[in-house]
Amino acid sequence: MKYFINGILRENPVLVLMLGLCPTLAVSGTLRDAVGMGVAVIFVLLGSNLVISLIRKGVPSQLRIPVFIIVISTFVTIIDYTMQAYQPELYKMLGVFVPLIVVNCIILARAEAFASKHSVSLSILDALGIGIGFVLAIGAMGFVRELLGNGSIVGRIVLGESFHQNPVLFMVLPPGAFLVIAFLMAAMRKWRTS
Amino acid sequence: MKFFLIFLSAFLVNNIILIRFIGLCPYFGVSRRLSTALGMGMAVIFVMAVSSWISWIVYHWVLVPNGLVYLRTASFIVVIASLVQFLEMFLRKNFPHLYTALGIYLPLITTNCAILGVAFLNIDYGHSFIETTFFSIGTALGFTLVICLIASLRERLDLAPIPESFRGNPIAFITASLMALAFLGFVGLFGLSI
Repeated sequence: MKYFINGILRENPVLVLMLGLCPTLAVSGTLRDAVGMGVAVIFVLLGSNLVISLIRKGVPSQLRIPVFIIVISTFVTIIDYTMQAYQPELYKMLGVFVPLIVVNCIILARAEAFASKHSVSLSILDALGIGIGFVLAIGAMGFVRELLGNGSIVGRIVLGESFHQNPVLFMVLPPGAFLVIAFLMAAMRKWRTS
Repeated sequence: MKFFLIFLSAFLVNNIILIRFIGLCPYFGVSRRLSTALGMGMAVIFVMAVSSWISWIVYHWVLVPNGLVYLRTASFIVVIASLVQFLEMFLRKNFPHLYTALGIYLPLITTNCAILGVAFLNIDYGHSFIETTFFSIGTALGFTLVICLIASLRERLDLAPIPESFRGNPIAFITASLMALAFLGFVGLFGLSI
């Protein structure tokens, strides 16, 4: 249980450990894209943690990084093709960031630091905790950016029609992503130290 | 002119870090000192050019004729990882000066998503071999420019009076946000768009 909770808040991969920044900033323009990305990352993280902790005793330590990368890229290819087939619109929005999950530091970091040293059940818990932490972080980004940049939540207009016509466009553009994550990180640090 | 526009688009208008959000880990990780940022930039220019040629050749001459396109993600990461190892050995033997200058940045590059990202983008955009050259060199120069700019800014930021919660990374993100805003000003240059 400790491992599960840890990943969500105290060791949030994005806001505290600063891992996996690229997708967090790039595909958090709307809440839907952000959660779609989060689910893809959870899938790859679960699969790779599971397989790596299963094979951890049979992999020589000099060869472990290439083996991990092959395992991860297998799962990335699966999600890549599945998404292309069933969610073509989402796939188009996420673009190059779906194949780029393979170099997402969160996944390799968990494989190296956790799954290669712990049992299967603990590795699954760890993957879920870290994965949910990632979804929360990217979801928070998507929520703020979509709300202020488009006046909507998951495409439904909530801040009134006039705001939707003249939103804070800055928020959905690249600079807005940097600004929102800066404030989220500062808030997280304030909360951790208090 | 076409090649010049591809170069300029990759270099400034669609800057890989500030607009595309690829390769953010080194952008925040090794940008505390100007000298280290410059070293990283040089290593990226070198590896990005070579790796995008090799991955273009692998994709168009090996994967496509044999119907193995689904192996794209796995094969590119293996090609890039082994290329970096090979380059390291080659440089150590033939260009020891360059090798010591690039130092630890060469192995770090294997997990730099900018390298893999450019290889994917070249395929997605359907670039020819020469276009690939201009695109990857432009991107790498853009990376170097931006990482050196933020390193110089962060050296000054160390001395500035910043609120406790924002010290370190959050203020770096806010700086990056302002830089991205400035780079948005390049949109429309020679009719180029994001």
